[in-house]
Amino acid sequence: MRRLSSAVFRVAAAFLVATITVCGAASISQAQDKVRIAFLVKNLGNRFFDAVRDGGTEAAKELGNVEIIYVGPTSATAEGQIEIINSLMAQRVNAIAISANDTNALIPATKRAMDRGIKVVSFDSAIASEGRIIQVDPSETKLIGAKQVQMMADAMGGEGEFAILSAASTMTNQNNWIAAMKEELKDPKYAKMKLVTTAYGDDQSDKSYRETLGLFKSYPNLKGIISPTSIGIVAAAKAVTDQNLVGKVYVTGLGLPSEMKAAVEAGATKSFAIWNPIDLGYTTTQIAYNLIKGTVKGVPGDEVPAGRMGKVKVGPDGVVVMAEPFTFDKSNVAEYAKVF
Amino acid sequence: MDLTALARRREVVLLVLIALLLAAVGARAPVFLTPASLGDVLTDTAILLMLACGQMAVILTRGIDLSVASNMAFTGMCTALLSKYHPELPIAVTLALAPLIGFCLGAVNGALIAWVKIPPIVVTLGTLSAYRGMIFILSGGASVVTHEFSRPYLDFPRQSLFGVSALLWIALVVCAGMAVFLNFSRTGRSLYAVGGNPLAARYVGIGIERCQFLVYCLSGAIAGLCGYLWVSRYAIAFTEVAFGYELTVIAACVIGGVSVAGGIGSVSGCLLGGLFLGIIGNALPVIQVSPFWQMAISGFVILCAVIVNSRSEARKGKLILRETEPPVPAPLQVRPETPS
Repeated sequence: MRRLSSAVFRVAAAFLVATITVCGAASISQAQDKVRIAFLVKNLGNRFFDAVRDGGTEAAKELGNVEIIYVGPTSATAEGQIEIINSLMAQRVNAIAISANDTNALIPATKRAMDRGIKVVSFDSAIASEGRIIQVDPSETKLIGAKQVQMMADAMGGEGEFAILSAASTMTNQNNWIAAMKEELKDPKYAKMKLVTTAYGDDQSDKSYRETLGLFKSYPNLKGIISPTSIGIVAAAKAVTDQNLVGKVYVTGLGLPSEMKAAVEAGATKSFAIWNPIDLGYTTTQIAYNLIKGTVKGVPGDEVPAGRMGKVKVGPDGVVVMAEPFTFDKSNVAEYAKVF
Repeated sequence: MDLTALARRREVVLLVLIALLLAAVGARAPVFLTPASLGDVLTDTAILLMLACGQMAVILTRGIDLSVASNMAFTGMCTALLSKYHPELPIAVTLALAPLIGFCLGAVNGALIAWVKIPPIVVTLGTLSAYRGMIFILSGGASVVTHEFSRPYLDFPRQSLFGVSALLWIALVVCAGMAVFLNFSRTGRSLYAVGGNPLAARYVGIGIERCQFLVYCLSGAIAGLCGYLWVSRYAIAFTEVAFGYELTVIAACVIGGVSVAGGIGSVSGCLLGGLFLGIIGNALPVIQVSPFWQMAISGFVILCAVIVNSRSEARKGKLILRETEPPVPAPLQVRPETPS
């Protein structure tokens, strides 16, 4: 059934792709002397990637003669991305920055692009190392795990019981983050914090909500919930508010500011985090620009100047790791809620 | 006479099963049996109960409505966008509009099935995808989140009257209305005839097409109302709201003794079937078993309920066959030709 409905999405939004490709082509012919960097995202209509584009546009303005082209398929498929890569080659862009829907499937297409002198960089979701020059990781598993435990410790005063509300029990990134959290908890400064259980809400609002109610019943002394998924964290915060447990149970984890604004204002959440998509787009653009200009080759050990982000270092396998996830709280959530 | 005795028997069996289930859960987690906790279960199940009643009317006529969850999600998104851009609209408008939108979506199903004569499973499988695709077009894939809703939109279902939430009152009214309609109205009774023996129904002058059209409208209207209630409860409207929920609704009907062959079923059975599923869903998080076991347990318990239920029917069925003179084979045709 998921297949069927995704097919309908594709048909329904095929017009959108056509429109965007046409628009992209039109704007390209006007500015031949400019450096053109294409952002190829997983799918359109995603606030996270819209914010990445905004960061790219910010860097483009600073650099002066750079033009950002923003493209993506309407549903997150590798096939859709390959088609777009081919059309970008025909348009002779200078660089393509990709958040890949498949680690390996895009490699033949991006190799062809690189043969023609187009600099290929991946960000967020990586392409395997032979299919790109540099991968920009918004953060890394260890930092993401550590950050969430720190936020939980801040919210609950460093002691008491807390639980994790994850998505599905089979999701690789969720399980890696949870493992990183458990690693961080071994630090003696968290000795008084006890992780009581991990519940799974399957990234569905109703199941996450129900699981949260179950946690309240099973652990009456519960003081916190970490939910490293944007659907789970919203449902958990709503359950805390509905059950009048604000001030008693705190929710933290990974979420989008626009979706978490109400929870922060209600007091159910003190702070939460997500990698900053604006910085991600900004840094990626800076790196792509330097590759085009030839100031760096993009080999491990290189230091790439990246404007307001300072110098970023290329690590083993051409991976650039940015920083720990960006934290949102009462002071900045309203501002970022307008962005993503 | 025989029929009512049979129905009563099935419901008694289900009631005993529910009591056993509650006792088993209570033995492991006594906190589950507190009044507040049971109240949570009722509130959580209210939407399922309403949807099951609507679905039952459809199944009575040998049909099936697979589009309920998509209908819910679409109507939910409509009301959410309305609340976002016109927060000044009184809640009564939302309450009137939600069933109306759902009614229209249901009418499309009904018209295609009753007059264009396409099998229900084909029509509603198509609209399942179509309605969900429409959400994507309507919202551009973006979500409507907590702080974008108007206060009354979110608060109304949680308001309490005589200590019972508005959500439960609505469910009560819908289910009671459905019971009165099916048991005491001429049209309601004729639905049983249409499903039980379409040929006979036509000979006694029942408008089969009219009945079919009506049940899909009814199911659609209920789904529409539930769409608003669902979005309001979880305070988020996005393209994947209630994805796959139609199966839970149909399961509630089947457990409640509604025959998928049509003509058999009662509102009380449906309510018990829905409650059974609701109790399982809410109990699993508190009995503290591994999430890997939870799915298996839930499936096993449901299977047990259906087996016990169908056994009681089988025994009763044989008795009828012995008492009637020549056993008349049930007509195999789903939709007989119009007698000329």
